[in-house]
Order: sequence, then structure tokens, then C-alpha cells
Amino acid sequence: MNHLTQFQTFLLLTLLKVAVVLGITLGAVAYTVLLERKLLGRMQNRWGPSRVGPFGLLQPLTDGIKLFLKEDLMPLAIQKPLFVLAPIIALGCALISVAVVPFGAYNPVKGVDLFQISDINIGLLVILGITSIGVYGIALSGWSSNNKYSLLGSLRATAQVISYELALGLALVGCVLRAQSLRLRDIVDSQSAHGMLSWNIFGGLQIVGFFIYLMAAYAETNRAPFDLPEAESELVAGYHTEYSSMKFAMFFMAEYANMITVACVATLLFFGGASSPFGHLIPAFGGPIIQAILPVLWFVFKVFCFLFLYIWVRATLPRFRYDQLMGFGWKFLLPLAMLNIIATSLVLAFRG
Amino acid sequence: MQLALFLIFGVLCVAGALNFLFQRHPINSALSLVAVMMSLAVIYWTLGAEFLAAAQVIVYSGAIMVLFVFVVMLLNAGEETRTRGSSMAYVAGIPGVAGILALLTYIFLHEREALGAAQLGGHLDGATSNIAELSRVLFTELLLPFEVTSILILVAILGAVVLARKEQ
Repeated sequence: MNHLTQFQTFLLLTLLKVAVVLGITLGAVAYTVLLERKLLGRMQNRWGPSRVGPFGLLQPLTDGIKLFLKEDLMPLAIQKPLFVLAPIIALGCALISVAVVPFGAYNPVKGVDLFQISDINIGLLVILGITSIGVYGIALSGWSSNNKYSLLGSLRATAQVISYELALGLALVGCVLRAQSLRLRDIVDSQSAHGMLSWNIFGGLQIVGFFIYLMAAYAETNRAPFDLPEAESELVAGYHTEYSSMKFAMFFMAEYANMITVACVATLLFFGGASSPFGHLIPAFGGPIIQAILPVLWFVFKVFCFLFLYIWVRATLPRFRYDQLMGFGWKFLLPLAMLNIIATSLVLAFRG
Repeated sequence: MQLALFLIFGVLCVAGALNFLFQRHPINSALSLVAVMMSLAVIYWTLGAEFLAAAQVIVYSGAIMVLFVFVVMLLNAGEETRTRGSSMAYVAGIPGVAGILALLTYIFLHEREALGAAQLGGHLDGATSNIAELSRVLFTELLLPFEVTSILILVAILGAVVLARKEQ
């Protein structure tokens, strides 16, 4: 590889990283769907998918084949360009935000970080910005379908996402204040001193911020108990009622990709990212390769725990009423997030 | 690289703005405005103002334009018919635009020396963060204008609440 210039090495390694991360994310999306169906089944005292492959492990593959082979229906009265554009926006925005997530310790190979696609100094703002653009996918899908249930679903979704975006952003400010940086790598590094004790949720006293973030994130991804945009008993299927085949699958994948992104952000900001909970208590073992891979495994484990929690909550809690949802967001979460910011900055000012 | 990005997104920006004017449906106009704002954000980023770019995307395209689209969807606004426009637009608008264009051209040409040498962005190295510098200036030297602007926005919100509650 020595005959390549610096730029060529960078380009090749980055393309490789993008391909690998995209593949892993899409695979994770497919298997999160299976995990959800299996766990929901177990929690509701039934088996869940168990026919295809051992323990139903090949179910996502058959689901994918089914969705590809289905007829792609185009209703007559739709706004065609926007109808096609909407799922692309939704899935594109859901997948792009993974690009700034550092999912391992800093491991440069020929000057290129191995475990993060792009290290931006405003990484957190980039994630928030991409999430706020993703709303257009949902809003346009409902409007361009020319169907009243779709429109109602997308109006609900848009209002809900705009309202909870505020609480979501403000909940993260406490962590940013502690790290004094918006770079995700810096935020992770600010929690790495004493293992679990210096994570933002315990040592950083951001436990209130964490719970605000968690609740706002469930609303932001339109998941139970805030899944009013696709409340099947009221709205058929919400904003994607008119969609079929791969276009429906793109909305479906976008929902799960958003879940994974939210879980990644929660891990990075409150649970120390890819660092081990035991800190330096366990002596380093194995070669450099094992030491490089171990943090990635911790990161994946933490994200998995968040996904498990998502599914657990969905199986446990009933759906909110719409006025309860808005009141909860504006009258409870938002003031609480502001109080959390004031308290955090006062503590930091007195300590510093 | 910077020039290529500027050309691509500058053209996109102007095309979006023209599309915004010529589209007859409010949703299409709103979406072309989103495209304009996103390309402006990219141009800000190439000039080294990454915080401004992120704020542009989050505030303008992510919040304000979403609300525009939301209202258009909620009221189910249909296609607008094309009219000849009011005579005021022809009497006052065209000379006004011509005047502003002439003024801007004069200023740009007159200050050509200073503008050509101006360095936009890239003053700060990687060690000092753009955001830290920005917030230091905003909360020390420009504290009064900053707070006055906040109060202005608060007054606007209160005014909207008063107008909305009037019907009861």
C-alpha cells in the first residue's frame, strides 16, 4: 500500500468503512425486527417466528424476498414525485447519522480512524440536524398519498417530532456542558476516567437528562408508547397506508435504523460510548487486535441493551392519548430539561 | 475542491430560489426553499462556519420550514392560479429591485480591493474551536444585543398567544 498517496489511502479506507458500516447497520436493522418479533412473542406468551432456519434466524431474509417481490402499487391520485421521494428521505436520513458515531476506541491506521467514518467537531449537531430533516419523509408521505388517514398520521407525527425535538436537544446540553465540546469523541473521552463511575449517567449526575432523553427519543422515533402516528386502531396504518413493496420496507427500515441511531447516541452521551464499565480494573489482555475489538463489543452490547429496552417498553406500556402526549412533552419534559441545564451549569460553575 | 463545492451548491441555491418563485403549489415552493437553505448551509460550511451551517439546517430547514409545510398540509392549500400581479408590484417593485441591484453592484465594485483580499473563515486552527470563540463573543461583548433579541422573540411569542386566544 506504500505506492498510494495519502489522499488515495484515505479515500480507499473511507469507502471501505462506509461499505462495512452500511452493511452492518442494514443487517442490524433486519435482525432488530426479528429480535422484536421474538421478544414480543415471548412476552406475550407465544413463540414468535420459528419456522425459517434454526430458531427462525432466516426470517429477515424471507421477509426481504417477500417485500422485493411484491407488486409496487402506485395509487392514482398521488403526488407522484413526492410520493417516491418521501421514503428515500426517511431512509436516507436514518442511515446517514451513523456516519459520525464513534463505535470503538481511537485506532488510526495510516492516519485514518478505523472505528468512525467521519470525525466532525460538531458531530452532535450533525446528528440532531439530520434527525430534524428526517421529519420531511414522514410529512411528505402522508400528504402526497392523498388519503385522509395518511394525512392525519403524518400531521400527528410531524407535530409530535417537532415538539419532542426541543426536549431531546435540551436533555443533551448537560453532557455537552460537561465535555465542553460537541465532538462525539470528546464527549466519550470526558467519561473515560474511572470506568462506570465517571459515565455521565452516574458520575456526571445526568440521570435526569438521561430519562428526559430516553422519553423524548421514544417519541422522536414514533415508538410505543408514543406510536400515535401509526395507531392501527384509529388510522389504518398511519402515514404509510398507501405504500407497498420496497417503499413500505424503506419506511419500516427507517424506523428501526432511527432506533439504532438513538440507542447509539444514548450510549455515547450517557454510557461512556465504547469504554468498558470496569475502567482500568481489568488488566489489558490479549494482543493489540483483541484490545481494539473489545471496545466495539462493549458498544454493541450497550446498543443492544437499549434496543431490548425499546421492545420491552413496547410490550408493556399502553399508548398515550394525543393531548396527554403534547402535555407531557411541553409541560413536563421541557421545563424539566431546562431545570437540568441550570442545575448542571451551576454545579460546574461552583466546581470550576 | 472549495470552488467546485461553491459552484455546485451556488447553482443549486439559485435554481431552488427560482423554482420557489415559479412553482404554483405551496408545498413545492416550501420544499424548494428547503433546498435553498440546505445549499446555503453547505456554502457556510465551506467558508469555515460549521456552527452556522448546523444552526441553519436545524433551525431553518428542520424547524421553521417543517412548520410551514405542516401548516400548508393542515389547511390543505390547493394550487394557486397565476395572476398578472398587482400594479403596485410593477410600479414600485421593479424600480426598487433595480435600485438595490445597482447599489449592491456599486458597493462590490467600489470595495473590490478590500473584498478580494478578505479572508473568510479558516482563521482558527483545529485547537481553538469555532463554537467556543463564537459563544465567548456572544456572551461577553455582544451580551446586550443578544438578550434584547431574545426578549424580542419572547414578545413575538406572547403576541401570537394573545392573537390566538382572542376568539374565546
